[in-house]
Amino acid sequence: MAQLTRDDIIRLASLARLDLSDEEITHFSVELSKILDYVEQLQGVDVTGLEPTSQVTGLLNVQRDDEIKSYGYDPIVLLENVPEVEDNQIKVRRVL
Amino acid sequence: MSQWLPIEEIAEKVRSGELKAVDLVNMALKTIEDKNEYNAIISTTKDRALQRAQQIDSGEKKGRLVGVPFIAKDNFLAFGAETTAGSNMLKGFVAPYQATAIEKLEAEGAICVAKANLDAFAHGSSTENSDFGVTHNPYDKTRVAGGSSGGSAAAVVLDMAPFALGSDTGGSIRLPASFCGCVGYKPTYGLVSRSGVVAMASSLDVIGPLARTVEDTALILDVLAGRDELDSTTIDRDPESYTILAPAKNLKIGVIKEYMGEGLDDGVKNQIEVSIAKLRNSGAEIIEISLPSLPLSLAVYYIICPAEVSSNLSRYDGVRYGHTDKSAKTVEENYIKSRGQGFGAENKRRIIIGTHVLSSGYYDAYYKTAQTVRTKLINEFNEAFKTVDFLIGPVTPNTAFEIGSHHNEPMLDYLTDIMTVAANLVGIPAISLPIGSVNGLPVGLQLMGKQHSDRQLLALAKQTEELSK
Repeated sequence: MAQLTRDDIIRLASLARLDLSDEEITHFSVELSKILDYVEQLQGVDVTGLEPTSQVTGLLNVQRDDEIKSYGYDPIVLLENVPEVEDNQIKVRRVL
Repeated sequence: MSQWLPIEEIAEKVRSGELKAVDLVNMALKTIEDKNEYNAIISTTKDRALQRAQQIDSGEKKGRLVGVPFIAKDNFLAFGAETTAGSNMLKGFVAPYQATAIEKLEAEGAICVAKANLDAFAHGSSTENSDFGVTHNPYDKTRVAGGSSGGSAAAVVLDMAPFALGSDTGGSIRLPASFCGCVGYKPTYGLVSRSGVVAMASSLDVIGPLARTVEDTALILDVLAGRDELDSTTIDRDPESYTILAPAKNLKIGVIKEYMGEGLDDGVKNQIEVSIAKLRNSGAEIIEISLPSLPLSLAVYYIICPAEVSSNLSRYDGVRYGHTDKSAKTVEENYIKSRGQGFGAENKRRIIIGTHVLSSGYYDAYYKTAQTVRTKLINEFNEAFKTVDFLIGPVTPNTAFEIGSHHNEPMLDYLTDIMTVAANLVGIPAISLPIGSVNGLPVGLQLMGKQHSDRQLLALAKQTEELSK
């Protein structure tokens, strides 16, 4: 049985930069343990000689010319969704 | 009876001047307003739609879809329109650019009239995870419309527009199409550009149409399909039109053994068997096919999907766009609080699971194992397609469930996808076709073909659709 304790959830939330309420932490440790139990069934599967699949198109190294193209998007419009802007720049909180 | 003509006829009549684009847009908007109680729509794009319609009526009436209104799931960016992805995280976000899919449809004269409801960030099978309320099933308001493209499916069935766009990561087009009773098409992975669509799990995500008939579905796919330099995962389209729906001869169709056994509702099973019998009577050879790893597909999916979700959702940082916490003092606190407030419970569940399966010490046991079993599943499908041309089975084990019945049971909700996730893991095209009903609720039939067989699959779907009339 794969168990995720409250401490595990707190550690994972911290890795994911995600604020969780106390209630969420309790719920998730129960719910996510059930989900992990379900996916446990993969552990015994014979995959000898098989490689992992990360994509299904078979495309390799799709490239394009390295040139600037204008799609006509106005920077002012692009900045309209930014919570805080100063002098046409994105403003962030204190880093240190 | 639908108030909408077949899409091709609508466009013809707009071209000839018999129908006005403005009237069509108003017809769509009025239906949306009249059927507001189903909560299929998050917002309309009324002003923009009417403006475009007027331009069409007063100018050149060009394009294969000229004047045809449509509805996009609210995870498609439409220039100048709010795009929420069903989440408070993106509430108020106005798209500064446009999805390639919408761009292509508009280039053919189609008009986006509204944005449809979905589970927040497309995480769910019922739209119950939408931050804007649940979408009700058109056949029974106490039941779900399915998800995550529940708004799109309900909108088509409620006659709000001739077609809608959806996205399908683990069944999110086919499942609601099955629950609501319309056609839902999941193309071969890579066939339709995803540029400008809010990403969920990038190795699985496809976008596609929901419509009333296979003919309409094929026409929309024909407009959408093909390479796009803005989405480097796109593949070459079929050189021939997807609208050529000529029935093939001597077809061999495999009934998926693993989908027809335990857990399948008797009523649904009966409907599927009736369809299979009709295909047999029409000359197709029907054989049973076993894909032994199929029962593992949901477990594979619920590792790979949250892993990719946790990565894709890391872009929501409260800094560049989306919800932000105003009280935070440091940049890190701002990330943590903004994400905690903006994401819903299901988003958080998937982020935590995804972070766990990708974290050091667990990566091989979970993520790499799932990817390897994915290979096994792909090999089994490839083997099956050496014997048969297409696979047939149900879309879901049951008809639409009651709103609230999966509350606090994420595993129950995940199990809804048990028959749809395989097509995403393998990257093959699959369609949900309405074939009948059980106790007044629609039942969908699922047909799957090998990669790049979209044109042939649609032809078989058309044949099946005619047989089920």
